Amino acid sequence: MCESCGCGDPDLVPVDVHDNILAGNDLQAQHNREHFVEAGVLAINLMGSPGAGKTAILEATARHQRGLRLAALAGDLATDRDAARLEKAGIPSRAITTGNACHLDAKMVHHALHELPINGLDILFVENVGNLVCPAVYDLGQAANVVALAVTEGEDKPLKYPTMFRKADLVLLTKIDLLPHLELDVEAIRDALSRAMPEPRLILVSAKTGEGVDQWLAWLAERRARITRPPVGHDHGHGHHHHHDHT
Amino acid sequence: MHEYSIVSALVDKVEAQARAHPGAIVRVVHVAIGELAGVEIELLVTAFDTFKPKTVCAAAAIAVESRPARWRCPKCKTVIARGEKLRCEPCASPARLESGDEIMLQRIELEMEDDDV
Repeated sequence: MCESCGCGDPDLVPVDVHDNILAGNDLQAQHNREHFVEAGVLAINLMGSPGAGKTAILEATARHQRGLRLAALAGDLATDRDAARLEKAGIPSRAITTGNACHLDAKMVHHALHELPINGLDILFVENVGNLVCPAVYDLGQAANVVALAVTEGEDKPLKYPTMFRKADLVLLTKIDLLPHLELDVEAIRDALSRAMPEPRLILVSAKTGEGVDQWLAWLAERRARITRPPVGHDHGHGHHHHHDHT
Repeated sequence: MHEYSIVSALVDKVEAQARAHPGAIVRVVHVAIGELAGVEIELLVTAFDTFKPKTVCAAAAIAVESRPARWRCPKCKTVIARGEKLRCEPCASPARLESGDEIMLQRIELEMEDDDV
């Protein structure tokens, strides 16, 4: 029996499907996106390797920002440590413990939104599970993807993980206070990004010294300005009165 | 490794298709995976073979078509070669991914019951 060449076994009946396998996730993500738009909140999917400094950047964001109402969902395999750190930094947070899953999906985010009110927020950060592959595959409904890349990770990560960087709207090169101790060529990172990201955007930051955090805040302000808020009088401030699966 | 969650979604989709053909046995599941989809084909096949017992795919083989990434300038349509900067300088335009990020169930092949054919 011919199983793989596609020529077709005469005894078998082909059924054409041509459907995105992750269509279910994409539908849920679109639903989340509608929630974010209705609430007028900028949702950021923050991704990066374990130890890239994702939580530290959010802590620094809380320290340096003025007047923004922030909240965060923190995805973690087994603990709620990141969410606890963010709470301590003044960012209301909920942990999403994924168990064995290496990424957040749209449904997990939706469930967490039931516990974390987003009305009245300016920015919701979704700190994804530390991983440079899987999180890029799942749309969560975010307005933008931000990838944290630590200076200690080397110059070739964008070429090794093209799926992640292709989907990034911004790359934060983190821990730049360590640059004097490393033989890292920042121009080589820019070059690698230009071959993985169609519209490369890189901001150099140090959560420790605060360097570059103002540029990051400016980028966030620019993205917030792009949010189209619902027309005044649109009655959808109550949360969840429309139809969807609440299992 | 997210290949298991992809297989889980895949099996659900196959099941929905097979439901329209009671008694039919799913023999082949054809999927197309783009180079930039973030899916390791070997892992996907392993995940499929591990996950399929006791599902509608128990007797099915998975056939994976790998699709290369293709970048083009959206204005002049010039193909941007592999490894090049993802930008068309003459048009001053970022390249656009034309194909290579798909995670698609293309078709399934069913063995029908004799009286069904």
